[in-house]
Amino acid sequence: MSAPTKLPRWAELGLLPLLNLAAALVLSGLIVRIMGENPWTACKLLVTGALGSQEAIGYTLYYATNFIFTGLAVAVAYQAGLFNIGAEGQAYIGGLGTGLVCLWLGHWPFWAVLPLAVLAGAGAGAGWAFIPAWLQARRGSHIVITTIMFNFIAAALMTYLLVNVLIKPGQQSPETREFAAGATMPAVHELLAKVGIEFAATPFNLSFGLALVAAGLVWLFLWRTRWGYALRVAGENPTAAVYAGISPSRVTIGAMLLSGVLAGGLGLNELMGAQHRLLLDFPSGAGFVGIAVALMGRNHPVGIFGAAVLFGALAQGGSQLSFDLPKLNRDMVVVIQGLVILFCGALENVFRTPLAALWRRKEPGER
Amino acid sequence: MTALELRGIDKRFRAVHANKAVSLTVARGSVHGLIGENGAGKSTLMNVIYGFHRADAGEIRVQGKPVTIDSPQAAIAAGIGMVHQHFMLVENFTVLENIVLGAEGGRRLASGLAKARDELTRLAREYGLEVPLDAVVSELPVGLQQRVEILKALHRGADILILDEPTAVLAPQEADQLFRLLAHLRAQGKAVILVTHKLREIMAVTDRVTVMRHGAVVAEVATRETTPRELAEKMVGRAVLLQVEKGPARVGETLLNVDHLEVRDLHGVPRVKDVSFALRAGEIVGIAGVAGNGQSELLEALAGTLQPSRGEIRLEGRDLVREQLDPRARRRLGLAHVPEDRLHMGVIRSFSAQDNAILGYHDRPAYNRGLLVDRTAVRSDCEQKMRDYDVRPPNPKLSISAFSGGNQQKLVLAREIDADPRVLLVGQPTRGVDIGAIEFIHRRLVALRDAGKALLLVSVELDEILGLADRILVMNGGEIVGELARAEATEERLGLMMAGIKAEAAS
Amino acid sequence: METYTLIVLLLAATIRVAAPLLLAALAGMFSERSGIIDLGLEGKMLGAAFAAAAVSAVSGSAWLGLAAGIVTSVALALLIGYACITHRGNQVVAGMAVTIMVAGLGPTLGLAWFGLGGQTPQLDGPGQRFTAIVWPWAKTAREAPFPGLLYAELLSGHNLLVYFAAALVPFSAWVLYRTRFGLRLRAVGENPQAVDTAGISVTALRYQAVIISGVLCGVAGTYLSVAASSGFVRDMTAGKGYLALAALIFGKWRPVPTLGACLLFAFTDALATRLQGVALPGVGVIPVQFILALPYVLTVLLLAGFVGQAKPPKAIGSPYGDK
Repeated sequence: MSAPTKLPRWAELGLLPLLNLAAALVLSGLIVRIMGENPWTACKLLVTGALGSQEAIGYTLYYATNFIFTGLAVAVAYQAGLFNIGAEGQAYIGGLGTGLVCLWLGHWPFWAVLPLAVLAGAGAGAGWAFIPAWLQARRGSHIVITTIMFNFIAAALMTYLLVNVLIKPGQQSPETREFAAGATMPAVHELLAKVGIEFAATPFNLSFGLALVAAGLVWLFLWRTRWGYALRVAGENPTAAVYAGISPSRVTIGAMLLSGVLAGGLGLNELMGAQHRLLLDFPSGAGFVGIAVALMGRNHPVGIFGAAVLFGALAQGGSQLSFDLPKLNRDMVVVIQGLVILFCGALENVFRTPLAALWRRKEPGER
Repeated sequence: MTALELRGIDKRFRAVHANKAVSLTVARGSVHGLIGENGAGKSTLMNVIYGFHRADAGEIRVQGKPVTIDSPQAAIAAGIGMVHQHFMLVENFTVLENIVLGAEGGRRLASGLAKARDELTRLAREYGLEVPLDAVVSELPVGLQQRVEILKALHRGADILILDEPTAVLAPQEADQLFRLLAHLRAQGKAVILVTHKLREIMAVTDRVTVMRHGAVVAEVATRETTPRELAEKMVGRAVLLQVEKGPARVGETLLNVDHLEVRDLHGVPRVKDVSFALRAGEIVGIAGVAGNGQSELLEALAGTLQPSRGEIRLEGRDLVREQLDPRARRRLGLAHVPEDRLHMGVIRSFSAQDNAILGYHDRPAYNRGLLVDRTAVRSDCEQKMRDYDVRPPNPKLSISAFSGGNQQKLVLAREIDADPRVLLVGQPTRGVDIGAIEFIHRRLVALRDAGKALLLVSVELDEILGLADRILVMNGGEIVGELARAEATEERLGLMMAGIKAEAAS
Repeated sequence: METYTLIVLLLAATIRVAAPLLLAALAGMFSERSGIIDLGLEGKMLGAAFAAAAVSAVSGSAWLGLAAGIVTSVALALLIGYACITHRGNQVVAGMAVTIMVAGLGPTLGLAWFGLGGQTPQLDGPGQRFTAIVWPWAKTAREAPFPGLLYAELLSGHNLLVYFAAALVPFSAWVLYRTRFGLRLRAVGENPQAVDTAGISVTALRYQAVIISGVLCGVAGTYLSVAASSGFVRDMTAGKGYLALAALIFGKWRPVPTLGACLLFAFTDALATRLQGVALPGVGVIPVQFILALPYVLTVLLLAGFVGQAKPPKAIGSPYGDK
């Protein structure tokens, strides 16, 4: 009946996400309390665990890199009106592409391996996203369901490949041999050491920079090019898109390919930067965290960066919790993630409605 | 004798005062017309009566007793039934299932369905409302679906029946049937409220009529004692109309040729059947017809948003259908389109005015610099359009939804006309547009004609067609049933043709 | 004879795998028929599995465990309902959020309460689990291959919740197609406005549907931790909620075809377990992952319209009401 409630921009982009986050954190604190630990202590441990030392910061940003990639992947699809639940599977298969290049060409110099690894990761991620995209565009298959199914299919495929094909001979655990030196993403502490700055050794690596570049390019693409314009038109109003001569099905396919490309970036950080081999379940839920990151970051690269660092801090700080508080472990972080998704995504109107009412009272009279 | 009485109904939606102290009395055994322009507050009032909205102030009395209606359930209990413009039917249910929904008569269906079947057979006989009870609703024609809605209300024991724009979707014959049914209901002592903006219907079927404007009742009269002209003036609030000043058309070469065009809907039903006509430079051709007789599909097929199943559309010799040109390609060839449904097709509600002002033209070199959008060019272009077309407020950064309907439409018009098309397709150019903007828009369209462009105007407002068109094609049931030069056209002749009577017979 | 026994045992395993799938799929059916996408199946099951095992471990009663499972699952369902019905939130997000939250909450509480690193204690006391019910003469009947073995393995020898799941299929069909509630439920998923104008509360109907989904997921989760195994372990649903969703789609949101889909998917699962590392004549070893992925592939093919067509309730996913 009435138009969707309007809030001023700063409240929509700043205040509302903060309120949602606060609600999620308060509830998390309550759960900690119920479990018999002091929420304040837990909070302090989380913060120092995530930001209290060079090592902590390095790990936080290393986790954040994954989340920037997957958050961007979810956001680009979202701007096109598509809910991509499949970033997890796309990152997994994208990583396969990157991993294979690293296995085969790892003896090449890094500057030659990097572009090929990026291309392979992007291509494989996009390829995995293409099938649900094509099915949505041409056959009308609901992309939420198909991408979920494709996550499971990806997991089955990767398990098969790692157990039966790619496994390092004579080894029990399903993982490949280690990449050769050329396929190692330079770590930040190594790079800093070259210019004489000392930084704790962490898996925080150059792909963080690549993630930032990706975020910048996504922003430029969405808001400063005619193709991004077309994508947003199709996402907001497919009927108007057809009217404007924009093909919604082409946008669907294009946006999902781009989404897959971005999800494919995860392998650069996780495989080339940290694990140096292909192994089972290396995305470990980052695709789903990407949904939380995109929702909290309002599907905007700047917001996504902030949200990704926050979730990176949670991931890193969470592992610290279990050392000091015997009754807590990393799983608490998953709870917080779930609560953040809940409040930022599903319960956002809980705060928006009263806020909007407040706003109307401040500006009475005719429109 | 009074079936329904409203006293001082008042309703606000935030800043909008939708109903201002509305009072209304409807007698038993009568058909009461409620008439007013779009946005006059008719729908709000009916939603208050049916319990969708609660009035801020005022009283509702049914059969003389005050009642509180805070939900559709309460309305039904008070004996009020409503037939909505968009039918409230579950499409994959049978007629019987639809009718018993909400009045099942017990937790288990079987006995309730059997009882309802008997009752409905009786009702159908009593009112001449034959409906196949076991047919699936989606397979019934619109007229029958409407009967299902009426039966639904009667089955729930409605004594007061509200019909909201019931003929908007009906063919003329179906409308006649409906009016006979309403007369029958009146004879049975029911009170019927007919909400419409069509004067013809008011004159044909009602006993009394209430006119609303800007949320308030401005007149209540016996239908016999008034004239369509008087009602129209009361609706609009000043003498109508609105004769658009224009000279004779200087017709040039043929620009658009349509040959044996056929368009089918999703279910494969033909909506446009074997339509052929030509459109020449310097003329406005109007397409008249009752809504839903294929005009929308014709317009969309020409614009390229619908694919025709047969036939040719030639724009200056190029076959748009065979070449499978999409709307963008057609725009490049000089075919612009002001869509009928502005909010669903013409603008993106969450975008700013300037982003809306390039919709469909976003890939033009003027708006781009290399790979990137030239934001400065887009903004200054929008500022220019806003000045030229008097769009207020003249702020390109403002969200389009912050503009009034008239100003949105002016911006859409500016976008399509500024692209300098050879042919302009215009659908319902003044729907939901205030009077001041209507005149402005009409003048612009005539000016475009005088500049030697070809215009195809689709409108359900006969006044608009008569005011603007140089030539009028009449559509009925997907076909063009006749063509009249402006000089030959009168409201009566058009009305007959719109009812499906061919031109020769009508003359 | 040997093959025959193998097949019967395979079918018996199919039934055991199918039971929780069926419970969850029917749960999803009630929710989705009302117009609420149920991506929370996985989370609700997992929550119930934890609560049931925890309460059963503490109280020593499987029945109290079942009650706790149902209460937990209904609470989660109400949370989804509150977000999606009352606050018109995104249904996909709500389901995902609950699932992720529970995936963390179970192990967290397990650690805090039992100090067992994300598990609940082993359920080995009497009455702590729902165990197999052996029908009369099943032991003797087993000696006669046909029909004795069928009787002993397929009809007899399952726990109570399996029989409950089986009885639920005709009961759901009856509710859906033969009762007032079913009529309204089917209507509200297709055209909530029609229901509203008929004087029925869309909100109340959808909450009822969501609660039923919660109850059935509660039973499904309890089945996993208190009947099929003896205690809760981390991530024990392992995607069964999503598999149930696939079965629901495969069954076109109707009870009996959904049962068929659950049996088919369960059969592939049982087959995969059976074929692990077994070389088939002429084919060789079929990678077990391929068989396990089969249900998902089939569902995608169905959604693509390559095998049949699945048409969801028309109003699914869209919130209803003003504001």
